[in-house]
Amino acid sequence: MTEHLLSLLTFLPLVGMIVVLFLPRDNGPLLKGCTLVVTLIVFLASLPLAFNDVFKTSAEMQYVEFVKWINIGDYFQMNYFVGIDGISLWLVMLTTFIMPIAVLSTWNAVDKNIKGFMALSLMLETAMLGAFISLDLFLFYIFWELMLIPMYFMIGIWGGKNRIYAAVKFFIYTAVGSLLMLVAIIYIYYHAVQSGINIDGFSILDFYNMSMEPELQTLLFLAFALSFAIKVPMFPVHTWLADAHTEAPTAGSVILAAILLKMGTYGYVRFAIPLFPEATQQFLPYLALLAVIGIIYGALVAMMQEDVKKLVAYSSVSHLGFVMLGIFALNIQGLAGGMLQMINHGISTGALFLIVGFIYERRHTRAIADFGGLAKVMPVFATVFMIITFSSIGLPGTNGFVGEFLILMGAFASELRWFAVFATTGVIFAAVYMLWMFQRVMFGKVTNPANEKLDDLSMREMALMLPLLLFVFWIGIYPNVFLEKMNPSLENLIKQSTSKQHVAVVEVEQPSLLTLNK
Amino acid sequence: MDTSLVQQAIDNVNFAAIMPALILCVVGMAALLIGVFSKRGRTFHISLICLFGLVAAGVATVGGWNQPYQFGFSGHVALDNFARFFNMTFIIGSILTILMSDDYLKREGYPISEYYPLILFTTAGAMLMASGTDMMTIFLGLEVLSVSLYVLAGLFRNQVRSNEAGLKYFLLGAFSTGFLLYGIALIYGVTGTTNLTDIGNYFIYHPALLTNPMTIAGMLLLSVGFLFKIGAAPFHMWAPDVYQGAPTPITAFMSAGPKAAAFAAFLRILLLALGGLENDWTSLLWVLAVATMTIGNVIAISQTDIKRMLAYSSISHAGYALVGIVAANEIGISGIMFYMLAYTFMNLGAFAVLTLAGKKGENNLTLDGFAGFGFKQPFLGVAMTIFLFSLMGLPPTAGFAGKFYIFAGAVKAGYLWLAVIGVLNSAVSLYYYLRVMVYMYFRDPNEEFEWVALKTGAVISIILAIIGVLYLGILPGGVMEMAKLGLF
Repeated sequence: MTEHLLSLLTFLPLVGMIVVLFLPRDNGPLLKGCTLVVTLIVFLASLPLAFNDVFKTSAEMQYVEFVKWINIGDYFQMNYFVGIDGISLWLVMLTTFIMPIAVLSTWNAVDKNIKGFMALSLMLETAMLGAFISLDLFLFYIFWELMLIPMYFMIGIWGGKNRIYAAVKFFIYTAVGSLLMLVAIIYIYYHAVQSGINIDGFSILDFYNMSMEPELQTLLFLAFALSFAIKVPMFPVHTWLADAHTEAPTAGSVILAAILLKMGTYGYVRFAIPLFPEATQQFLPYLALLAVIGIIYGALVAMMQEDVKKLVAYSSVSHLGFVMLGIFALNIQGLAGGMLQMINHGISTGALFLIVGFIYERRHTRAIADFGGLAKVMPVFATVFMIITFSSIGLPGTNGFVGEFLILMGAFASELRWFAVFATTGVIFAAVYMLWMFQRVMFGKVTNPANEKLDDLSMREMALMLPLLLFVFWIGIYPNVFLEKMNPSLENLIKQSTSKQHVAVVEVEQPSLLTLNK
Repeated sequence: MDTSLVQQAIDNVNFAAIMPALILCVVGMAALLIGVFSKRGRTFHISLICLFGLVAAGVATVGGWNQPYQFGFSGHVALDNFARFFNMTFIIGSILTILMSDDYLKREGYPISEYYPLILFTTAGAMLMASGTDMMTIFLGLEVLSVSLYVLAGLFRNQVRSNEAGLKYFLLGAFSTGFLLYGIALIYGVTGTTNLTDIGNYFIYHPALLTNPMTIAGMLLLSVGFLFKIGAAPFHMWAPDVYQGAPTPITAFMSAGPKAAAFAAFLRILLLALGGLENDWTSLLWVLAVATMTIGNVIAISQTDIKRMLAYSSISHAGYALVGIVAANEIGISGIMFYMLAYTFMNLGAFAVLTLAGKKGENNLTLDGFAGFGFKQPFLGVAMTIFLFSLMGLPPTAGFAGKFYIFAGAVKAGYLWLAVIGVLNSAVSLYYYLRVMVYMYFRDPNEEFEWVALKTGAVISIILAIIGVLYLGILPGGVMEMAKLGLF
């Protein structure tokens, strides 16, 4: 069982999709229930991964499965090669954890073509899990592209007013980047073949050990970096995000924000940095600059939004900028902070989109000006919203604080010190736009009569939020559970990104994370 | 007449080398005769006979896979794995075409029994082209194929557009055939033979003749002839009009089988006979591949008629395949073989959806006519979506595997930038393929939307095409391996 656990997790949703396709089309509760059950089973089945202590000590890939898939002799070979380490572990967990919540959030929100929506959600889960566990570049690319299809339809069919524009923009932006990456993937393969190293298909573990001339690395890194930067999204290729987030249905936004965006940051950590360490060093300042611009620009734009959902969307640009900054610090604090912040962003921004969905379902508007004084009418909702707001700002005690603190600390310790100084302003801006929005929506007098009789959160809505709140505090108070399992893999990544370099790098004494958090 | 020569020629006859084409010709003639004696307007049994003939030819083709090659007719024909692979592509294309045709012809009011035999003759011509190892055989095959296609394109004789298609195709096609013949004549003038291997050997022993203006001119004229059939820029002008005007199943048919046949023959001539000029034709085709991809994709963006849009997209796909010739290595050539098969499935599938979705006269095959189509007709909508994703080249479909194969060849041969231009072109194509889906799923249907009935034949062909597209996309290994074994 355990040796096929990853495949089971990945393809169970696909089986679920086929089942859903054969259910009667007008039985909404059955379709939703079936999808929920499938995603819950996937979540439960993924729990053994999280409780496995092997990640604490080993940076090796675990749960590895290897099946020959396409083998055309000296032409090319591809394998079904999957496995996870401490880096992908938590992203897999995040995916399986968010999916049931996203499905449950559609209960009242999706009322047309329920069957299609559920089938696409399950297909999306397969694609996302597949991308996180792939260790073969070709296999990764297949899952990476496969993600586009369900998301495209989710935005286009169930989205808001401007959905067609948003869907097409989303699709073309992300596909253009990945097509260039495809050429780079092919090139790496033949380069590896020519350089005579022993490779097993498109296995990244083999590609890690390959040395490449700096000029070549530069080109290939640019192809990968562009593709991932679009997905993250980094400034200036972030424009699709605001449209896609705003137009997507709630569940779509939640999945997009919580999981899909992590594909980009994960791509840097798993592929771009360890494959092309020298090019990474070369582009480090530029990428860090773009990350910092993203942090500040995203925050400033978010501040001026009149639509809550747009505000949350731009806050994502800002938060993902932090993640990128942490990753490019390339030291243990920065990377751990970046990885943790990916999870945090998934939880808190996912929760924010759910909250936007709650008020949209009640009032069918998302304009900040239409609200005010909701705290009096919906006290429970106000509490939940406030906690999530604090988490998004990064108040101590919540998850956001740990992530941002580690990122900034890592950036200060690295050569990105000055970038960190500017990035810190982003924390302040985050407090401004989030608290200001919270104040305008929740406090004051109820000015709009339509807001006077809103229902507080239902049981279902509480059930959605409680698990998220649990993790807000868990990660906020005792993040070590998560950090200790990524550490070995991150240490390994740092070694990979420095050891291959021709230039000697002065080792800086790094304070151990474990002492830091205890 | 010298009897020994005649005897020698008779000894050299090897019917096994042309067996698949022979079966198609015999069955085609029989079907033609049966058609004459059948009641007017009854064509279903003819289509069944022709399907049977295609299956028999398929058995004859596959039966000899990887067996010793069959040569015959004094080195004019070779039934090797290369020819067998292409034959399978032609047969699959023809089967899918015939399956979608019967109800279509009845709807449009042209239940003509000669239709099916003509498809068989076209296929036989295509087979001769793929297995021809002599310029004359290839020319013969090309003519058999072309003449049948001229008739098929102009089949709806009372429709202006179909007439235009037939006439245009005939005039331009005849003109391009002239170029081809002239090219053959010039090469023959230089080398004194029309046999491909002999020409290649002659150039090995007389390398100085490679730079002879007559050789170069011959190569260029030959290329014009084939590029016309392929529909590559700048000889693509006929394609949109002919594709739009011809009966829809014939458009589908033309864009797959005959194009693949032209690629097969072109490959043999370039690699066997003109291998010494590789540097010349790769640099020529590099430019033309880029032009073909770009022109096809850019013009397709502005089309509102789906049939015409697919016509332009077909031009761009010819451009992708040309990338494989430019690569001129094993992977590129196997890539073309695989891509042609993949393209047969996805393009015929898409056209099969169009034959069902169209109403008499086919004026509704516009983007507007497809508004809300996906929800009103779920089966056709999903099928069309799969085919469009495959045409885009998105995994896990045959189109992706095919593009990967060809671009892998280009990258391995060092044409990195050509591959980059190729994928950027795919990115352009995303827009117009996505737009069909935007109309199908994201727009509300027009008020006068009428449900179209699903016809058995076309549905079978759509299902077969879906199976083909997904099989070649998810488990392409086996067929890719076959394409590798297919190298001559």
